[in-house]
Amino acid sequence: MKDEHKIDTSPKVSDEIRQTTCYMCACRCGINVHMKNGQVAYIEGNRDHPVNKGVLCAKGSAGIMQVTAPSRLRAPLKRVGPRGSGEFVEITWDEALHTATDWMAPLRETAPEKLAFFTGRDQSQSFTSLWAQMFGTPNYAAHGGFCSVNMATAGIYTMGGAFWEFGQPDWDHTKLFMLFGVAEDHDSNPIKMGIGKIKSRGGRVIGVNPIRTGYNAVADEWVGITPGTDGLFILALIQSLIKMGKIDFDYLARFTNAPILIDPETGLFMRDSDGKPLVIDRATGNATAFDTKGIIPDLRGHHKGADTAFTAMIHHFMDPANAPEAVANRCGVSAERITALANEIARVAFDEEVRLDQEWTDFRGHTYPQMVGRPVSFHAMRGISAHANGFQTCRALHTLQILLGAVETPGGFRFKPPYPKPSSIHPKPHCGVTPGKPLDGPHLGFVHGPEDLCLRPDGSAARIDKAFTWENPMSAHGMMHMVIANAHAGDPYKIDTLFLYMANMAWNSSMNTAETIKMLTDQDENGEYVIPRIIYSDAYSSEMVAYADLILPDTTYLERHDCISLLDRPICEADAAADAIRWPVIEPDRDVRGFQSVLIDLGARLNLPNFVNEDGSQKYADYADYITRHERKPGIGPLAGWRGDNDTGRGAAPEDQIQRYIDNGGFWIKHVPEAAQYFKPWNNAYQDWAVETGLYDAAQPYLFQLYLEPLQKFRRAAQGHGEHQPPDHLRDQIISTMNPLPIWYDSTAAPEDFPIHALTQRPMAMYHSWGTQNAWLRQIHGVNPLYLPTKLMQKFGFRDGDWARVTSQNGEITVPVAEMAALNENTVWTWNAIGKRKGAWALDETAPEATKGFLLNHLISEHRHSDPSLSNSDPITGQAAWFDLRVNIAPAGPQSESAPVFAPLKSPVPVAPKNRQRMTSKGQAS
Amino acid sequence: MTCLPQTTKKKLGLAIDLDTCVGCHACVISCKGWNTENYGEPLGDADAYGKMPNGAFLNRVHSYEVEKPDGFAQLAHFPKSCLHCEDAPCVTVCPTGASFKRVDDGIVLVNESDCMGCGLCAWACPYGAREMDPIANVMKKCTLCVDRIYNENLPEIDRIPSCVRTCPSGARHFGDFADPNSNVSKLVAERGEIALMPEQGTKPVNRYLPPRPKDQISKPSVTAPDVAETPDGFFNWLDKTLERLG
Repeated sequence: MKDEHKIDTSPKVSDEIRQTTCYMCACRCGINVHMKNGQVAYIEGNRDHPVNKGVLCAKGSAGIMQVTAPSRLRAPLKRVGPRGSGEFVEITWDEALHTATDWMAPLRETAPEKLAFFTGRDQSQSFTSLWAQMFGTPNYAAHGGFCSVNMATAGIYTMGGAFWEFGQPDWDHTKLFMLFGVAEDHDSNPIKMGIGKIKSRGGRVIGVNPIRTGYNAVADEWVGITPGTDGLFILALIQSLIKMGKIDFDYLARFTNAPILIDPETGLFMRDSDGKPLVIDRATGNATAFDTKGIIPDLRGHHKGADTAFTAMIHHFMDPANAPEAVANRCGVSAERITALANEIARVAFDEEVRLDQEWTDFRGHTYPQMVGRPVSFHAMRGISAHANGFQTCRALHTLQILLGAVETPGGFRFKPPYPKPSSIHPKPHCGVTPGKPLDGPHLGFVHGPEDLCLRPDGSAARIDKAFTWENPMSAHGMMHMVIANAHAGDPYKIDTLFLYMANMAWNSSMNTAETIKMLTDQDENGEYVIPRIIYSDAYSSEMVAYADLILPDTTYLERHDCISLLDRPICEADAAADAIRWPVIEPDRDVRGFQSVLIDLGARLNLPNFVNEDGSQKYADYADYITRHERKPGIGPLAGWRGDNDTGRGAAPEDQIQRYIDNGGFWIKHVPEAAQYFKPWNNAYQDWAVETGLYDAAQPYLFQLYLEPLQKFRRAAQGHGEHQPPDHLRDQIISTMNPLPIWYDSTAAPEDFPIHALTQRPMAMYHSWGTQNAWLRQIHGVNPLYLPTKLMQKFGFRDGDWARVTSQNGEITVPVAEMAALNENTVWTWNAIGKRKGAWALDETAPEATKGFLLNHLISEHRHSDPSLSNSDPITGQAAWFDLRVNIAPAGPQSESAPVFAPLKSPVPVAPKNRQRMTSKGQAS
Repeated sequence: MTCLPQTTKKKLGLAIDLDTCVGCHACVISCKGWNTENYGEPLGDADAYGKMPNGAFLNRVHSYEVEKPDGFAQLAHFPKSCLHCEDAPCVTVCPTGASFKRVDDGIVLVNESDCMGCGLCAWACPYGAREMDPIANVMKKCTLCVDRIYNENLPEIDRIPSCVRTCPSGARHFGDFADPNSNVSKLVAERGEIALMPEQGTKPVNRYLPPRPKDQISKPSVTAPDVAETPDGFFNWLDKTLERLG
């Protein structure tokens, strides 16, 4: 018996561990990068990190294949062939930066709006937006408009915070967790960890999703809803709860605007002489400001003919059209099951309440001996967001949470610092352009009425993406999906330079990809490109690279400085403020530079305020220097850690701030005191802590906005009131969609010949287009069939691997199909962004991603079919309505490749090695 | 032919919870990362950027649909790696003695220097848990991270297989099945298990905890009657309720 083999069971693990922040997706987990012989040997999760607490997903562990990917760009590139050919020459950084400056400097002096600067999966938006503001163009946004802006805005307008970065379920106390429309990759590790926690305590998970994969596969209950009907389903749950009397009246009276009096003439709040909304005090019956000390507002108050928002809500939600029986067919969920789910929600919320022995005091001066909560929590993301009814659907979901009293209470949903904060203290959007000067304020923000829109004096859009117009008034994240189409059309005006960062707009990040490619290459009568100049920054040889004139190659995530800032999208937990950095744990072996450092250089060359000293010299050496020394306000900068004398989060930053982050594992954390951990919007202890930490300048207690007055202001305008008037053709849209209480309307309507819903989602082991170049991850997801439910497979006589022609109002694709039984019977779907263009990403042209992989994007128009002058977006927020797609399907017979087929791009990087076999300690990394 | 030990002192292995495995492949890639740098030859990837990428993995996640005659179809994720069987046919079939089962802890390993890459063991394994490395041409299999679990260069908390350390949903548990009081033995006692091909007589050490019953909420509860059907009825009920509350 050979049991005596010599095995070294204690090998040296690595020479050194360098701790930084992952960027294999948007979760920003902490990672331990094990180094051997100066190379990355192994990546694991950081146990001390607040986001992932040691665990790490497949993407994170595969980072080693990303930082060594053959698709990495190597040097700045200048286009020498026609746009789209992929023909480039490598140039020096000096030439690249001169070229960019020569293009942009004249624009700044004459017409700053002719620069459109849009960033994609950018984690430095507080920085990139500052740069754009200092340049003076109104045309800046990141990718939120085509991602989940409905979720973000509905959350912030309704309750002063949103899911994911800004809030999370109370994983330690919740007993029933309901997940709506979350793609598999979203909030990757925290949701998996949370589901594991809930299940280990015997709690239950309900998944509402047309597709039963990932989280929905382990959900105890699966509601395979029809796409686009989540809002209707939620309204039916709300009606059922109201009929049972199972809503939290005390919570509504104290912490929401339900008791506020509504002027029956205008539908606006009744206010006192200071402009504060009025409520009736239950004790005295008097009308008084909502925040008067000591009062308990009356949900059923009456005053001068006015009733409360609560009274209006009950009438609204008890509409027979919202009854379970009325919505069942539409939603694809039986009335019996809707009622049963409502019963279960009510049972857990009200029969299993959580009581924490923690006294707290609210903003009216009431002291409560305990923190009492309702252990039902929710999370949702793009599945309910990416519909043209998504804003109202997300509003409905938040309303459901609030009616249960399950927001900021134990067991429910909790905000993460810097949230909660009321929408009214966010900036408003700015679009004031003065040649040679900065923009008059931040680009993006929250509008509160028609007067806040970004319109020029003639009423036309001030921004190239037409965000903050009557077409999409509350487009708080901009509308990146419309930039190329509008710039190509010269509507509302022509631009000169399109400057993009990390956004694969010539492929998976655009609707209508084939047409978008044509727009990028279209020439005018003089043979000039209609979009004259395109600058692009990316770390990899993505499809978009081929469509730019100048490429500024970025580093990989292990080769750069970054800050995951409280000014932006930080890494906080519900019980702590936290931020983090990335730092170069390896140095680039190519002539590439971190994009943010390049912007700092360009900012100085362009003489932008904040980027030059008084003598005109460059203000910050690089991004790391900016991170440490930039101050947004006195004592407040990109990183909160180790500021001031007592590390409060406010005060002067130490010179070695970045080193202190490195020494602390790459992050900083400040815990919320026990007495401040729940009821944050109203809890004096939290408000004081938030001021001390620099999250607010003064306490900001506020009420949840069940009745959303800004929507009513737009409706009033559309009804003809006020000086700011919409164009006539938009009056009906505004009146019908901008209801101050949540409504549902059908956003997926299509002609009868397109009866099938079509969706995409990203898998857990891939993020956007990045994963496919990863030698390990592409072995998990190298193909993306179109999944058809059994009924449709049988109807067409398909077998797995057969080919289907899929048509929509916008186009046609031919793709392989596969059967999936655990799928809504009228829905097809595929993995997003697996399909690749030949020649991109250093993949072989025979790679399955380039031959069989495909995009649904070709089927989706960026314009609304019923009115092509409007974008295919939520009419309130401008959220790209990806998931409203309707298609038809027919057998296509055997095919060799998915269609449409595009000509191969000439790769700007060398051919990839055939095989990989990597072991750093053997000196044979390849 | 190679002999198996009659008994082993410990039976180290994994308890994998199919109720919480979301199929994310975190374990697959963490395993790939650790074992590329450790035990034996690195795990190679042939045609890494080409038409037929073929890499060696010691752990893979398979997904199966389960159709119910009177319920919704379900999707189950099934992570699969070497089960470190007590009666491991991969060991007894090995012509060179390269495959062996450790007496101390029961871990099944391949001594790569004795492996001639004949592949008999992979044929013999009924679970398909062994893979030939496409570059090094030696047989690869789960080592249960034998170079982690006793590794004095790791903090004690990290002396677990990399797949267990990384699993985000906490679906993977590591322990000694020979000890009835171990974490994994208790989990199996509490939750039961899905036996894998018991007819093969391999006596796998790894265990799979079954999914809990799903889709149980289908009938409205009789204990939550409606208090009102119309707004007026509701306000009448509410006004009385609020009066009672004072």
